[in-house]
Parts: sequence; structure tokens; C-alpha cells
Amino acid sequence: MSTAVLDPPRAPVAAPAAPAPTRHPLREWLRDTTVLTRRNLLHVRREPAQWSDATVQPVLFTVLFVYIFGAAMVLPGGGSYKDFAIGGLVTMNLTTASMGTAVGLSSDLATGVVNRFRTLPMARSAILAGRSVADLLASLLCGSIVLATGWAIGWRPDNGLAGVAAGLGVALLFSYALSWFTACIGLMVSDPESSQAVGLVILFPVAFVSSCFVPTQGLPAVMRTIADWNPVSAVAASCRELFGNPNPAALTDSFPAQHPVFMALAWSAAILAVCAPLAAHLLRRRTVD
Amino acid sequence: MIEANGLTKRYGDQVAVDGVDLVVPAGRILGVLGPNGAGKSTTVRMLTTMTAPDAGTGRVGGLDIVADAAAVRRIIGVTGQDASLDELLTGTQNLVLVGELAKLPRRQARSRAAELLERFELSDAAGRMVKTYSGGMRRRLDLAASLVTRPPVLFLDEPTTGLDPTSRLRMWDLIRDLVAEGTTLLLTTQYLDEADELADEITVIDRGTVIAAGTARELKSRVGGEQVEITLAGPDDGAAGAIAPLVAGTVQVLDGGRRLRAPVALRDGLVTALVRALDGAAVAVNDVEVHRPSLDDVFFALTGHDAEPAPLEEVPA
Repeated sequence: MSTAVLDPPRAPVAAPAAPAPTRHPLREWLRDTTVLTRRNLLHVRREPAQWSDATVQPVLFTVLFVYIFGAAMVLPGGGSYKDFAIGGLVTMNLTTASMGTAVGLSSDLATGVVNRFRTLPMARSAILAGRSVADLLASLLCGSIVLATGWAIGWRPDNGLAGVAAGLGVALLFSYALSWFTACIGLMVSDPESSQAVGLVILFPVAFVSSCFVPTQGLPAVMRTIADWNPVSAVAASCRELFGNPNPAALTDSFPAQHPVFMALAWSAAILAVCAPLAAHLLRRRTVD
Repeated sequence: MIEANGLTKRYGDQVAVDGVDLVVPAGRILGVLGPNGAGKSTTVRMLTTMTAPDAGTGRVGGLDIVADAAAVRRIIGVTGQDASLDELLTGTQNLVLVGELAKLPRRQARSRAAELLERFELSDAAGRMVKTYSGGMRRRLDLAASLVTRPPVLFLDEPTTGLDPTSRLRMWDLIRDLVAEGTTLLLTTQYLDEADELADEITVIDRGTVIAAGTARELKSRVGGEQVEITLAGPDDGAAGAIAPLVAGTVQVLDGGRRLRAPVALRDGLVTALVRALDGAAVAVNDVEVHRPSLDDVFFALTGHDAEPAPLEEVPA
């Protein structure tokens, strides 16, 4: 151990007082979260891939699925495929949109901007909160575009605006919960490309082995059980029920099929309860060294 | 204002920083000099609350870097080795973001951003995304970002590494201005001339420990001032002895006898005398170079090894 001691300063410089300690921790946390949310929304706007996921993809998927699957599909219990499909498309788009959280977080960690945040007098948890709120707003945009596209090609909900809002709300809550799950992925892998790849491998099968595009009645037995209990199916069925659209799942007697809204909310709550604390823990671990 | 006592950081089996002590009084500039992997960045990361020390203590503005980490963040500005900027935001948006996260009112954050962009000659690029900036512009914006809150204590980790000479001189001017305003500054660098140019005192770190401290003049005097380096046509056993009476220290024999290096006291006719002495000993001379002490010389004098990157890699930010 050696020591380096400097001479007294050339000119005396008074030690400046530190700014007054935080008076309103909650208000400051809300401000940090708002500032970072705004920053993350600018990213969504300026990153072509993210912007297209929120705007182009929902239009494309909606039109493609309705006209391709719709041409051949006969629904158990009757009704038009178009009316059936929109609830599933909202759910599918919001499920895959939750990937943005993983990509955004791992990009921030990879570029070093988080290092700047770490030397600032701000709440570190606002990094996660600002991310998830921005992604929720991006999901709101994405879901609204699906509904607008659906409306343009002839989708009609029977339960009015309140029903549509309630269905979209359930799907957004699920998407918000999933974004905490993908946040964990983004914090565990080393770069944005891997987080995108890992997220797709997990979320794609989950989105597809569900009642999003087809009624589960026609699936092989094992697949059908998985699809019936899949949270994505519960969200899609909730949307259909709340929108007032054909919901063939209601004709079956499995518990999730009979209680889709309860299942969707329970799944969302469970995912949040596990993943939010885990993400906070992972962020702390990533930003310790 | 900045104080470290026995700061230690381990990464697995490797000890990146091994008991570093340093003190920077208010209004002074300390240059922390060392090769790549010496532990400079890790020391800065501990003092700026980004990573917790495994042993030892540190205080910044009287506040403990572990117990009062949040309060320390209110009085420091940090510019890391890698620019910590948001590539997708403009110059202005980056500075306003930092200002707002540091709890400046929005309007004040905006006016401060405009003021800094003007001062750092970035006004023309203020509305452009940072990903379009050159290396020198990024460093200036990064430095500006660490000044948004007018911190009394500033840490600059290798502020000019990788910059072209013009950008480097421009950075030096900006840093000198800050110093004139009374900022307490800890600056790390791999370059002796940079430490010489900017710092009041220099602490030399090698392999995680402080190996010397003092003013630039004191350090250079340990090296022995100017050096002469003579390249011979071929190895010759008599060469070192021939010039020994003319130099001011021990003659080092390098490259298997092809090169001689020795501290000298410069005087008129010295090089002529050296060449004559070698010629008298029938030694053919290819090249004679007289140079001021470099970081390499300081390192050689202090450690007996060159200032080449140590085997221990610096832990990335």
C-alpha cells in the first residue's frame, strides 16, 4: 500500500454544499419514470424495427390472417371468422410486442447509457418502470391499430365501445405482465440480438399453440389441452367475450374455457408477481460491477 | 475532496485494484497515470459509486462512497472511458435527459443544455442524433453531460484515449477551463504528457497498486531527465563502457546489445562526444536519439518493466 498526498490547494476553494436531500422520494421517482418513458418512446419512434413492430406488423398480420385462414375456416357454433379473429390478433400482436422490453433493456445495457444513469442521483428502479410504461404505450398503439384495421375490413363487436375497451384492457395488462418476463430475458442475455432470438423462441410457440387463430376443438388431444390452458388462449377468449364476438371456447367445458377473464387476470397477476421482483433483482446484479 | 484508503476490488481470482490510497484536496487536479489494465478505471468506478469496493474506504466531498452513495451522486460528474450517451437521441435531448434525471427543472435543463452545447462547439450538431457524431464530438458531448449539474467534483476516465491530436488538444483546453473554475478533478490517463499538461500531481498505478506519487517534475527526476538512445550497427561488448563516463546514470543494454539507453544531462556537443567515444572504441553507430522522459521511461525507472498492457485486462465498463 502506498500513499499519494497532495499539497494544500493553490487557492482555497470552499467545499460546495450538496443539494438538499430528497424531499419527496415518490414524486422524484415518478418524475424519473416519466422522463425515461419519454426517452424510450423517442427510441420506439426512431428505431425502424421497433416502429414497424408497433405499426406495420399489426396491419399486415391482421389482413393476412383474416383473408388466408378466414377463407377455409368454419367455426364451431357459427359466426364469421373475421369477428372471431380480431380478439386473437390483438392478443397475438401484444404477446409478441412484449419482446420490445427485452430488446430495449439489453440495448441500453450494451451501449453504456445505463452507466450514465448509474452516476446520476436518480432511482435505478425507474430504469425498469420507464421501460415498461413506454412499452405499454407502444402496445396500446399496436393494439389500437389491430382494432382499427379490423374495423376497416369489416370486424364488428357487439358489446360497444365499453366492451372493446375492456377487452383491450385485459390484453394490455397481459402484455404488460409479459414485458416484465421479457425484461428478465433482456437482463440475462448479453446483447440485443440474443434477447430477440431467445424471446422469439419462447413467445412464438406460446402465441401459436393457443386459440388465437383457430378454435382449439380441432386440435389433437395433447395440443388441445396445452392450448386450452395457455394464458394466451385465455386472453384471446376474454377479448372475444368482452368484444361480443364469436367465442367457440365457451362451448367446451374446461375450467379455463368457462372462465377466460378470470384466467387472463390470474395469469397476468402471477407473471407480474414472479417477474417484476426478479427483473429488479437482475438489474441490481447487472449494475453492481 | 476525494479520498481513498486501501481501496481494493477483486474480480474472481484477479485483484484489479489492490489497496489504492489517494487524496485530492478541493480545487486540485490529480492525474492517475498507468498502462491499460493497471486498475485506473476500476478505481474511478469505485469512487463514483458504480461498483462497491471489496475492501477499503473512499470519501467524496466528505461523503462515504458506499453508505452515502446516493448523496455522492449529487455532487459528482463522471465521464467514462466509453461514451455513455444515448445514440438515438440528439445532442440537446441527451443533455436535457441528464439534467432532468439530476432533478433540474425542465426549463433550467434546457437552458443549461444550450449553454453547454455552445461552449463545447456542438451547437450546429445539437439537433442531430448522436449516432451521427464523430469520436471527438462524442467525447465533448459526454464531458458536457457530466457538467450539466455543475458538479464540484469531476472524474474523467481517459478523456482523450483514441482521439486524434486536434481533438485531444481541444479536450485539454476544455479541461483547463474547468480547472480554472475551481472544479476538483481526478483524471486518469495512459499519457505522461497529458498528466504533465493538466495535473497538479500525479499518482502512478501499476497492476492495481500505487507505485509512485508526486509532481510531474519529481517523477521525471526519478527517471533522470533526458535520455539518449543509441542504435548500433551490431552488438558490441565495449560500447556501454565507452559512453559510461559521458552519461548521468547507468547504461541499459537492450535488444541483445544492439541498443543502448542512458539518462543524460544535456549540454552542447554531447551527441558529438558520444559518437566520438563510440567511434574511438570502433563501434559503428546507426542512430542517436535524445528524448524527454516518456511514460515508458517512468515505468521502466519505477517498475523495471515497460508500460505495455499488463496481463490483467481492465474490466470493461
